[in-house]
Amino acid sequence: MKPALLQVRDLRTHFETRAGTIKAVDGVSFTLERGEILGLVGESGSGKSVTGFSLIGLLDPPGRIAGGSITFQGQELVGLPQAEMRKLRGKRIAMIFQDPAATLNPVLTIGQQMMMAVQAHGGTGQGAALALAERSLTRVGIPDAATRLNAYPHEFSGGMRQRVAIAIALLHEPQLIIADEPTTALDVSIQAQILAEMKTLAQDSGTALIWISHDLAIVSSLADRVIVLYLGRIMEFGPIADVLRAPLHPYTRGLLDSLPAMADPGQKLRQIPGSTPSPLHVPPGCPFAPRCAQADDHCRSDPPPVGDERHGAFCHYPLTGPA
Amino acid sequence: MKDILTAENVSRRFSPHVTLGDRIAGLFGAKLDRRPVMAVTDVTLAVQRGETLGLVGESGCGKSTLGRMLAGILEPSEGTIHLNGVSPMQAGRKTTTRIQTVFQDPFASLNPRRRVGDTITEGPITHGLITRSEADSFSADWLAKVGLDPAYVSRFPHQFSGGQRQRIAIARALAMQPDVLICDEPVASLDVSIQAQILNLFLDLRREFGLTTVFISHDLSVVRHVSDRVAVMYLGRIVEVADAHSLYAMPQHPYTQALLDSVPKLSLDGNIGVTFQPIRGELPSPLSPPSGCAFHPRCLKAADLCGRQRPRLEKSSNSGLVACHYR
Repeated sequence: MKPALLQVRDLRTHFETRAGTIKAVDGVSFTLERGEILGLVGESGSGKSVTGFSLIGLLDPPGRIAGGSITFQGQELVGLPQAEMRKLRGKRIAMIFQDPAATLNPVLTIGQQMMMAVQAHGGTGQGAALALAERSLTRVGIPDAATRLNAYPHEFSGGMRQRVAIAIALLHEPQLIIADEPTTALDVSIQAQILAEMKTLAQDSGTALIWISHDLAIVSSLADRVIVLYLGRIMEFGPIADVLRAPLHPYTRGLLDSLPAMADPGQKLRQIPGSTPSPLHVPPGCPFAPRCAQADDHCRSDPPPVGDERHGAFCHYPLTGPA
Repeated sequence: MKDILTAENVSRRFSPHVTLGDRIAGLFGAKLDRRPVMAVTDVTLAVQRGETLGLVGESGCGKSTLGRMLAGILEPSEGTIHLNGVSPMQAGRKTTTRIQTVFQDPFASLNPRRRVGDTITEGPITHGLITRSEADSFSADWLAKVGLDPAYVSRFPHQFSGGQRQRIAIARALAMQPDVLICDEPVASLDVSIQAQILNLFLDLRREFGLTTVFISHDLSVVRHVSDRVAVMYLGRIVEVADAHSLYAMPQHPYTQALLDSVPKLSLDGNIGVTFQPIRGELPSPLSPPSGCAFHPRCLKAADLCGRQRPRLEKSSNSGLVACHYR
């Protein structure tokens, strides 16, 4: 059997702060095949973005990978020297960030920035680099790409800027793109355009996609598989259809029930009580136990085992039956 | 039902602020863009006593500007706003305090240097609703009503999470016993599990106090959940108003239809895949809105007439109002 494109094993990303160690990612494992779209879902503080940053080696101190392994196309990324990582980043793994206004350099034209991104990985002349940039812009649906290369980021709308960021990510035809909430800052009508385009691009190019989002509905219309994170741990994983139809973890169930679309208008939503605890004081045992209706002493003291099946949950008492 | 808050032909214009530097640059031939932006154009709307009116639209559609005018925070450039028949802007603070607002960002809307108890009681004391000696029990009561521990009165905002702060902001607004509550994206910055808690609190309080509310949001499913009637805005104008059920079941305006279609939906029956349909094109600049119907360049049904003549807001078949030539 061919090895997976990406294999993450027991990833631990910690932040040492004066108040103590924050275990932002605490034992996350998953594999990703070529061309697959994986949704990483969670609320704020769940560690979904930190997982993405860990994969592409963009953790800012005091963040560091404290344990585990990330194998990408057979190459171990944990402990890889910065110079080696830089050769890989943008070339074989690319990332798209939430805020397109902060991603692009405001004092360079789009063409200059894209050319730099092409030439950073060497061997391409100026003319060829520009031609590549133009083709990439056309691919993401920017009309009149040749002229737009001379425009500055402020001349683009938010949706168009995010398209440029996507075009930059696509320049080298990477095998993996990590998208960190790329549509959160956009209006729904523009979000729909970007989602539809990303899905087509991933299908056409065979690029694997990790889509980080807080929105289950977005992930459901895009991803093949989903991982639900809470306080740095995987709560549930599996094919998106199975997870939505028959969630195993009470947290996943609670997230679904919290959506206004799940209740009749004007009726009370089935809410999850309490709020996410501080990442400095993650409860022992199951991190969700203090907010879980069916938790008992067992849950509060012993961390549940993580299964290895297709669809599994980090829970002592997984739910049964469909929603 | 009786109209409590009415807006008649309300418009709001924002003119660019021309600085000395701009003027000097102008002397040297720099182009100065002095075109005003019409944030809200010719909106007529009535909020009935006891109802929740949802106001939806994408960024830049003017929903927040309209909300601020209804709250008496911004003065309309044209048109009038009346609360119980009087204009709050002219009648002064006695009337403006009858309308209270809950803002989007609970980190910016609470004074960080003031204990939350004082934040809640400041308005009621200033306007003579309670006396200083009643303040402690009053604020403790309100914290309990919004689901917080009454012992928290002497805490500061930084000791609370985002959801808890939004509860405090709601308590502060309701403590003034307003006739109308304006909520401007009150759950937009919250996680879904906390959003559900705040929406539930809102539904409870609405029942308990018979609140009249204007609920502004870009999130169509949130608005549907809390609203009796919904108004959809596009580029500063209302394009459709109808009761919530009909608007979502049978949208009459092509923009409402397209907006509803563009939201990814969650299907639990295992029908996974693309569940949304994007609207073509982008929002035009409000500096130079399209002629005729502002939506016509993006509309699939648009014909010649749409580019020439602006449709009026007229009775629609679902008992609401719609501004479209081909409804």
